[in-house]
Amino acid sequence: MVTKHSPQEYWQANLRLIIGSLIVWALVSYGGGILFRPLLSGITVGGTDLGFWFAQQGSIITFIILIFFYSWRMNKLDKEFGVDEE
Amino acid sequence: MSQFAINLIFVGGSFALYIAIAIWARAGSTKEFYVAGGGVHPVMNGMATAADWMSAASFISMAGLISLGGYANSTYLMGWTGGYVLLAMLLAPYLRKFGKFTVPDFIGDRFYSTGARLVAVACLIIASVTYVIGQMTGAGVAFSRFLEVSSDMGLIIAAVIVFMYAVLGGMKGITYTQVAQYVVLIVAYTIPAVFISLQLTDSFLPPLGLFSEHTESGVPLLQKLDEVVRELGFVDYTADVDNKLNMVLFTLSLMIGTAGLPHVIIRFFTVPKVADARWSAGWALVFIALLYLTAPAVAAMARLNLMNTIFPEGPKAEAIEYSARPDWIKNWEKTGLIKHNDLNGDGRIQFYSDAPAFAEKAAERGWKGNELTVNNDILVLANPEIANLPGWVVGLIAAGGLAAALSTAAGLLLAISSAISHDLIKGTINPQISEKGELRAARISMAVAIVVATYLGMNPPGFAAQTVALAFGIAAASIFPALMMGIFSKRVNSHGAIAGMLAGLTSTCVYIFIFLGWFFIPGTASFENVPANWFFGISPLSFGAIGALINFVVAFAVSSVTAAPPKAIQDLVESVRFPRGAGTAIDH
Repeated sequence: MVTKHSPQEYWQANLRLIIGSLIVWALVSYGGGILFRPLLSGITVGGTDLGFWFAQQGSIITFIILIFFYSWRMNKLDKEFGVDEE
Repeated sequence: MSQFAINLIFVGGSFALYIAIAIWARAGSTKEFYVAGGGVHPVMNGMATAADWMSAASFISMAGLISLGGYANSTYLMGWTGGYVLLAMLLAPYLRKFGKFTVPDFIGDRFYSTGARLVAVACLIIASVTYVIGQMTGAGVAFSRFLEVSSDMGLIIAAVIVFMYAVLGGMKGITYTQVAQYVVLIVAYTIPAVFISLQLTDSFLPPLGLFSEHTESGVPLLQKLDEVVRELGFVDYTADVDNKLNMVLFTLSLMIGTAGLPHVIIRFFTVPKVADARWSAGWALVFIALLYLTAPAVAAMARLNLMNTIFPEGPKAEAIEYSARPDWIKNWEKTGLIKHNDLNGDGRIQFYSDAPAFAEKAAERGWKGNELTVNNDILVLANPEIANLPGWVVGLIAAGGLAAALSTAAGLLLAISSAISHDLIKGTINPQISEKGELRAARISMAVAIVVATYLGMNPPGFAAQTVALAFGIAAASIFPALMMGIFSKRVNSHGAIAGMLAGLTSTCVYIFIFLGWFFIPGTASFENVPANWFFGISPLSFGAIGALINFVVAFAVSSVTAAPPKAIQDLVESVRFPRGAGTAIDH
């Protein structure tokens, strides 16, 4: 494949993706699971509140989705920028 | 058939499987010994990583911790899984591209310094040795309870099994055994959980059961549990915590520490490509999540079952008579992990909170103090007995607990022995050593590491319980920042990296030592380890995140006033950022 973009752009795209993913990572665990729990206390989930769900279940599920999303995007970017392994 | 015979069949059968794998997967080269030849399928590696990572602590202790701590101990669930996000995005793909065998390899090359390599070796060995002691003692406990041998004898059996597949097969043998161990441990963990979920709720999936209705009472399970424990003066299961700063920092320390543990990182050197390293981290977390999503359900349901056992007519009625206690309490009393002390002499087991706020109500009911102490660790192990499950489930739990302990021990031992044979002997003392000589050195270091770990397991230093804090603190404060800066900054140089690692390591150790005793020697703590004494309410367990921050700040500050790294090193950093040309791990 012909390289359409510069290596710097590839690295910048990777950094943007990481930052975006880590914002979600922090929001579900430190946000939803810990700091914002009092704010979410009105939303009930199976006998307790949304914050408890994030802390014991929601954040783990989100982490899995994040890693697979990142892998899919990066492996696609590798090809687009022509830096993948043949 | 007796329970002993059933346990023997399950444990013996699983061990026979591990030995068969050991004979099949022998390592013929250093590359096979260190990174399993670099050809492990990403899903397979994900499974092996899950077994490598999930230790006796995850299998045996974690559900117990959550069960007794409730929401406050959610930190373990988030902390021990969130680290994989960091690993997948910040470390694993780039280190795979670098393509060598050990963690100090990267630190030594990237920071062009034998000093940096040796500091990394020291951090790795301290973190891994402290961690392995816990695995060996865990295996000893499981043996003594289920196979009725002494704990020392159990340890020796465990050591011989690990010796067979780790010394013969290196990473190759360990990888395929860990895959088998993962299957054993996850089946053992989930089967009792499914039964218990079905007994208490309508759902056969424990993670759904946790948030559904308690069949017997018709109210949601967690609400029912809150009501029962509140009646006995305990803190609500779902109660929020006041010290949010400490909860955030503790979770962050566990996450950074997870990402920085060398025995986990080296697993990602075994996959064929950089893209595989990314997928593999995702698969690892999927396999880990099967247990980590089940654990909180086991925790809440076991707590409810325990309360119902002690107060069969509900918490407002009388407690059970000691003479009428079920068999599982009798079994576990023998191990000393559950104890009854009839303080008010009424022949019943009063189990409640000794908190001052509840004292008046307890006095009204004629109680003179809590009479039952339950160790965290027995909840998972005793779970099948508490729920009256058949004997083969108990045998399965025994095999699963041992699989969890042995798989983690083997991974740690490989990280230790490769640091010695590859980084100390080949990298520093005798660079001219032949491939054959290095392989022999690797096997000898592995054997020595097993003997030392077994000795320490039999004679655990008094501080064994506190050392996990140290292992995570060191990984978080020294190894993780050094690796991350090595990849994401071209400016951090050898002086900065060494100063940063030492600053992170020292600050974390000092903070732990002032509360837990200098070098863990009892009675030498500078302050009593109570929340009132903690600086800004930060517990010694949570300090790893602060140590990591200190590492980053010091490394950047020192680097900025000293010369930039040479061109060749900046090119190396550039090369690890792009997957093309990774191939398999380089023979060198």
